[in-house]
Amino acid sequence: MTTDNTMAPTERPASDFSLDNLERRALARQRRRSSIVLTLRVAIFVIVIALWELATGLGWIDPFFFGRPSGVARQIYEWMTEGTSQGSLWFQMWVTIEETVLGFLIGSVAGIVCGIALGRNRFLADVFSIYIKIANSIPRVVLGSIFIISLGLGMASKVALAVVMVFFVVFANAFQGVREADRAMIANAQILGASPWQLTTSVVIPSAMSWILASLHVSFGFALVGAVVGEFLGSKQGVGLLISTAQGAFNANGVFAAMIILAVMALGAEYIITGIENRIVRWKPAALNEHGG
Amino acid sequence: MSHPSTDMAARPDAAPAIQITGVTRRFLTPEGTFNTAMHDFSLTVKRGEFVCVVGPTGCGKSTTLNLVTGLITPSAGQVRVMGQPVIGIDRRVGFVFQSDALFPWRSVLDNVAAGPRYRGVPRAEANDKARMWIARVGLGAYESLYPHQLSGGMRKRVALAQTFINEPEILLLDEPFSALDVQTRTVMQDELLRLWAGTGASVVFVTHDLEEAVALADQVVVLTASPATVKKVHAIDLPRPRVMSEIRYEPAFIEIARRIWDDLRDEVTLGQRVALDRTTTILRTETA
Repeated sequence: MTTDNTMAPTERPASDFSLDNLERRALARQRRRSSIVLTLRVAIFVIVIALWELATGLGWIDPFFFGRPSGVARQIYEWMTEGTSQGSLWFQMWVTIEETVLGFLIGSVAGIVCGIALGRNRFLADVFSIYIKIANSIPRVVLGSIFIISLGLGMASKVALAVVMVFFVVFANAFQGVREADRAMIANAQILGASPWQLTTSVVIPSAMSWILASLHVSFGFALVGAVVGEFLGSKQGVGLLISTAQGAFNANGVFAAMIILAVMALGAEYIITGIENRIVRWKPAALNEHGG
Repeated sequence: MSHPSTDMAARPDAAPAIQITGVTRRFLTPEGTFNTAMHDFSLTVKRGEFVCVVGPTGCGKSTTLNLVTGLITPSAGQVRVMGQPVIGIDRRVGFVFQSDALFPWRSVLDNVAAGPRYRGVPRAEANDKARMWIARVGLGAYESLYPHQLSGGMRKRVALAQTFINEPEILLLDEPFSALDVQTRTVMQDELLRLWAGTGASVVFVTHDLEEAVALADQVVVLTASPATVKKVHAIDLPRPRVMSEIRYEPAFIEIARRIWDDLRDEVTLGQRVALDRTTTILRTETA
């Protein structure tokens, strides 16, 4: 308890309660806590992977069906050094990223524009709300088959599926964000002299921003799902095709390897989006920033 | 509080600042019934006059202000500002809100400059004017901070500067200081009187705090419990300039406050009963 303190606990003089000392101990406590958290995180990872490896090694579960960590690592290494059956791994990743980013950009821009337009116009909102609900309740992944038929095996069909996946999430959040804009703040802007257009750009959009940004976080993941499922359903390139090829060859390690590659891509994107978000909402207090809509 | 004579309405330059005549306002509740918020409501505010409106909670004090801004329209009756009927939002009106209506994503400077910017003033000019007003409310050093970095009192100062920068001829305040602690509130009342002095603006100040009303106003209007009508108008003949921290201990102040409280007390009791009845009805329909 006093490891960070040079004084023995029994003969602690009054000066020990000085602010300086208290601060130092609080800092030490915080550091200790975060190092314990980190240690536990690493430990859990190591234990799970080790158990998996052990279970397949000892024949408790069949590595043919469930893969094994060392096999997955070997598979990733092989893909990286020798390339996949479809060509270079980097190219496969690039294709998937391109589809995802295109779908994400088109879907989110369209979602934001439509959400704000409908949020600002009560009449349009009343007319269209029923169709939005219907469209939202359809399992949209199924549309992938339609897109493959109509747009072919190339990139367009995957981008289209990613757009559909992203659009509704962003749209719903932008719409809700506009509706939740503070009434007093809107009245204030109106009385200060804002025209309807000024009101939209300077009050409604900024106040919907935290809702929109929250949806962008989620929807990048959806864009990735759209692209991968599209590749899965029919394509010539991409990480999704890697998965379906591995599945066809009963290569469980291959499926896990592709999964890990996708996870790395998603985490990288998440990191970039968080960076952009922090730049945009710099005006917010830190506590508000965390629950961000 | 005389009813307007016809020749006054004919000469707009001599017309009172605000003239509300026989206004009734009914609105459709979400339950599909009609609710009467105001009934045959008449009120006149002369130019340059400071009028405080007091009344029991939920009696429609704020509705009075919204009628003047043009944000809501009366079901019957007429609202005139400077002799002209109210159609839409009037540029001569300024409004200070009860809640925090500042734009949280804008710095103090940009918040105060918002009015002129909306009205087409070039940025440099609007910023200069905003800096002048920020200095006038005593926040000169804080122009680049965001609202969340300020205290409640400082945010109210920004709100006052944001409203006064448009040089409103009619100033409406909806319980602006109710969320502040008592000391800050006294300081802000002085601040308001200081800013108002010399502008010649006509003021309607809604409050539930009777002492605040007596301390600030030339006229105190007492409203009845829902639906709102004017119960009585009291003239406050305390000399100006007034000092908020001292005025409330003067015998004349105490005498006036007691007189108005005698009027208000019955309405407050009635208002409580109405609110209680309403809650009971809701409870009964919900449990039924």
